[in-house]
Amino acid sequence: MSEPTLSKDPESSAATAAEAGAPVVEAAEAAAAQLADREPILQVRNLVKHFPLTQGIVVKRQIGAVKAVDGVSFDLYAGETLGIVGESGCGKSTVAKLLMSLEQATAGEVFYKGQDITKLSGRALKAVRRNIQMVFQDPYTSLNPRMTVGDIIGEPFDIHPEVAPKGDRRKRVEELLDVVGLNPEYINRYPHQFSGGQRQRIGIARGLALNPEIIICDEPVSALDVSVQAQVINLMEKLQDEFNLSYIFIAHDLSIVRHISDRVGVMYLGKIAEIGSDAEIYEHPTHPYTQALLSAVPVPDPEAREHRERIILSGDVPSPANPPSGCRFRTRCWKAEARCAEEEPLLAIPTRFAEVDTPAKHESACHFAEEKDVVGAA
Amino acid sequence: MTVIDDISDVPTPDAKLAPLLEVRDLHVEFHTRDGVAKAVNGVNYSVNAGETLAVLGESGSGKSVSAQAVMGILDMPPARIPKGEILFQGRDMLKMSGEERRKIRGRKIAMIFQDALSSLNPVLSVGYQLGEMYRVHQGLSRKDAKAKAIELMDRVRIPAARERVGDYPHQFSGGMRQRIMIAMALALEPDLIIADEPTTALDVTVQAQVMELLAELQAEYNMGLILITHDLGVVADVADKIAVMYAGRIVEDAPVHDIYSKPAHPYTKGLLQSIPRLDQKGQELYAIKGLPPNLTRIPSGCAFNPRCPMAQDICRTDVPQLHPVGTARGSACHFWKETLGE
Repeated sequence: MSEPTLSKDPESSAATAAEAGAPVVEAAEAAAAQLADREPILQVRNLVKHFPLTQGIVVKRQIGAVKAVDGVSFDLYAGETLGIVGESGCGKSTVAKLLMSLEQATAGEVFYKGQDITKLSGRALKAVRRNIQMVFQDPYTSLNPRMTVGDIIGEPFDIHPEVAPKGDRRKRVEELLDVVGLNPEYINRYPHQFSGGQRQRIGIARGLALNPEIIICDEPVSALDVSVQAQVINLMEKLQDEFNLSYIFIAHDLSIVRHISDRVGVMYLGKIAEIGSDAEIYEHPTHPYTQALLSAVPVPDPEAREHRERIILSGDVPSPANPPSGCRFRTRCWKAEARCAEEEPLLAIPTRFAEVDTPAKHESACHFAEEKDVVGAA
Repeated sequence: MTVIDDISDVPTPDAKLAPLLEVRDLHVEFHTRDGVAKAVNGVNYSVNAGETLAVLGESGSGKSVSAQAVMGILDMPPARIPKGEILFQGRDMLKMSGEERRKIRGRKIAMIFQDALSSLNPVLSVGYQLGEMYRVHQGLSRKDAKAKAIELMDRVRIPAARERVGDYPHQFSGGMRQRIMIAMALALEPDLIIADEPTTALDVTVQAQVMELLAELQAEYNMGLILITHDLGVVADVADKIAVMYAGRIVEDAPVHDIYSKPAHPYTKGLLQSIPRLDQKGQELYAIKGLPPNLTRIPSGCAFNPRCPMAQDICRTDVPQLHPVGTARGSACHFWKETLGE
């Protein structure tokens, strides 16, 4: 695909960064493109979202809060995929909504090219949203059944008419259909005429319509059949290379996340427990929760049955309305000691690994971080 | 006396020697407005006591429908079983009266459903629902049934069973609800359990707990287990043998170790290549092209032929039979040798 409108203009992004006073931009200009790449496109700092729990009908009193996201920080770089994994209720989808400004953050900042988007509203927010798009989990409910595919994919142009002039839109929609591997002649069909995998392609085409830089994918393949998942994953990887997209890929399937991600963050009860490159997380996990999570994933290899060590956690995830003191994982952790209840471990490179050059040297929020290979990667 | 004993040991059609459950040439179809959907088209499988058979397939492959036929819980009509035998301990259940089947259902064959929240009655306490098994099938009093319910909850390791017996389904977490489903299936100590995607709705850490529990209880009671799933990982973890279904047929049937190391059907092979692995950072995933077929219009010949990389003319005309591949193994592919050989 070679339509110029879909390709990214690297100069404009550099210009916006410079306006915002990003310090390295001048140096980066001279340095290799690789260095420029390492300037984060999205910086999330201490993001917090508490949903209030209220009591009373006439006079509402707040009696507590569901701490869905409680201090999450990470960076996203241009052209990379950051995977976010965790069990249901850990806050990963709330993070996605906060990044899209679909929810108002309770505290914290999200810097997109140096601009805090949690403080934006109106026209400024609209402009930013053009560059951050989302692909949803359920292709059955996220497409309006009464709109044709052409209208669904073209709707972003109604909101951002500057992207595609009116006469040009039909052609653009047909191009997009072609890009995601659907027949452009399907433009007048309705969503129910497509299978799940095809619908997800329509969702992706809609996400691509405005030439975004970042696409947030919330469980994009978990509703699809196994043989169709691979088609969609391959498409997403192809599009990433073609349009230099950055993905935030949220999923509970650890195998898929490993496949597509460059870096991975593991979330537990509204916090990031461990974050690092895919090899660091999967082959050298240091947080007990990551280790338990990885060891619980069934590997499609019966030979591995015997020699794989399984860590079976007891109990369920505690309620985010009343998380445990100190380390949130301590109630299910086999390493927990008194210190874990009193002192909250911070997400940082563990001091014992700080001096040495090892793959275990990545951020992990555990007092007793220790490397352990649970996947059995050879 | 000894002579008589000898005679009874001779392999006459003795219930003890036949497989616990044997499904023979089962067909199920649904009459819909769009025509007849052929959900199951000649399925054969068997399970022995203490054995785990995994039925693997995508949505629409007929894996759940065949299990529902075994359980006798298909809605008929629209469903119809035009052909086939379901032999349980040597007797064909399809020929039994409703009354006879009801005696087997729950008592001899029990089922665990995928979605525990919608399978449990939300307005009755879990203790009442567990106790119902004993009140209905064994005529126990309310008090005794409740005591039995507590015992069951203990057995599936629900903490503080005595305090929680009066709680309602919504007060339990997903993993705990699935344990209650397992407890209910176990209540009458059946010989066979059919588990339809028992852990699909659960998180991985909870899935591991539930599968471990199920395997333990199976060994304890020496039950047969039919595990219906789409997850190749779960299958590798627990199954003894696998039947892979596609468009209502079994396309490959093998002991678990064989199928993963050397698939003999292009569909199985494609599936195995298309899943990302946790322990390997792969290259581009292999994707099976196309989509699973519409069951009202199953392609002629081999149903997989439009998606198959190896399809030849014969695949479009002749339905491949399940060819024996070595011992205890079969592949419904004209080119199973080539598939294995590659």
